Amino acid sequence: MSDNNQFEPVIVGFTCNWCSYRAADAAGMARIKYSPNVRLIRLMCSGRIDPQFVLKALSEGADGVLITGCHPGDCHYVEQNYKTLRRYALLKRTLRQMGLEDNRVRLVWASAAEGRILAEEIDKFVSDVRALGPLNWIKMATTTYVDPAPASA
Amino acid sequence: MAKPKFAMYWAASCGGCEIAVLNIAEKILDVDANFDVVFWPVAMDAKYKDVEGMSDGEITLCLFNGGIRNDENERLAKLLRKKSAVLVAFGSCANEGCIPGLANLTSGKAVIETAFSTVSTDNPHNVRPAYDYPAAEGELHIPRMYETLKTLDQVVPVDYYMPGCPPESHQIATVIDLVIAALKGEAKLPPAGAVIGAGNSTVCDECSRKRSEKLIKEFRRTWQIPMDQQECLLEQGILCSGMATRSGCNARCPAANMPCIGCYGPAPDVVDQGARMMSAVSSVIDSKDPAEIERILDGIVDPAGTFYRFGLASSLLHRAKAQ
Repeated sequence: MSDNNQFEPVIVGFTCNWCSYRAADAAGMARIKYSPNVRLIRLMCSGRIDPQFVLKALSEGADGVLITGCHPGDCHYVEQNYKTLRRYALLKRTLRQMGLEDNRVRLVWASAAEGRILAEEIDKFVSDVRALGPLNWIKMATTTYVDPAPASA
Repeated sequence: MAKPKFAMYWAASCGGCEIAVLNIAEKILDVDANFDVVFWPVAMDAKYKDVEGMSDGEITLCLFNGGIRNDENERLAKLLRKKSAVLVAFGSCANEGCIPGLANLTSGKAVIETAFSTVSTDNPHNVRPAYDYPAAEGELHIPRMYETLKTLDQVVPVDYYMPGCPPESHQIATVIDLVIAALKGEAKLPPAGAVIGAGNSTVCDECSRKRSEKLIKEFRRTWQIPMDQQECLLEQGILCSGMATRSGCNARCPAANMPCIGCYGPAPDVVDQGARMMSAVSSVIDSKDPAEIERILDGIVDPAGTFYRFGLASSLLHRAKAQ
């Protein structure tokens, strides 16, 4: 919670070394402000993002996960960001079945020059996740019993 | 000298693991010759209080199959942990939750509703189980069902993991030989926490099908195409879990022209079997166009149920979000 009692979501943001991390850098250089809720993690390529990373973040306290990378066609490793695109599409389908709201995981493309765009996208994502509230993924240590009585008498 | 003691217990499981143990054929005589079977509800009459009366660690080897679905399962898991020197999570349910763990995609309430009030159920008075029932002879209790199915090692520490749905009989026989040899001081047991009775690679590694470049334009289900007997099933557009699944079964399903469904659990170094499957499958889709990608993905009818068929309860998320 922030000073004005507003829910501050924890966001894990994956960035690629060649575009989106540099976009974040560029935003900093240009003194563009964006929400401090996002914890940026730099990888060499968005294609390095194993769906396990996203699931681990969500299960261990993140309220949302932002995946960022170079625009399609601009990948430093030629076409690995297309893999990201496909993985993201499949991951979203699975997460939907797991009851996760669509707005908790998002893919954003940002070139090294698009500091302003990345900052705006981060702000938008943070506000969307804030609107959803905390995720608080279930901890296995807790046991709840099922009430076997019929749904309505 | 008294023989070492053997126990086998079933929690939330189908009984297939017990059949697999009996499927070791004449090897079962070795079990009898070398062990005193003290507790095995499916095979012999024994009471929980007999186990409670044992001293700690008195059971040398306990094969525990089944997931933890209710408080009785958990009580027995804790009891057998205490009374057993070596506790083995035996079979997919105890390891990963398996098919019963798929209930974690929905709520416990919905599971009860499905069991007691759907059209296929003959239950005219809409009768439901009650955990506690005051009968004339005294109060009756049935186990309390958990909202979320857990795996054995989410409840108690486990010494060894033996995967498979069920574990292959030749693997069971190998493990039994190893334990007997270890008891005689002729062999050493693997370090605690090890996966036993399985391989150290993937099912693909054991599969004899021909592999070339994987470029998938369309996913198909097994009944939709005549499947080639030699070519890699994934290359034919059939979802096969071989690349995310631990070896040890000799790739029996692909050998019988059916895809691997992942019963041997996550391959070595894989934390989340379903996530690894998602990663692998989306890598080989042959398209760069978002709309076409979505169209191709429409061919995967039930991603969560397919990729987490066995591993949902042990996956990173464990279950669907409570609504």
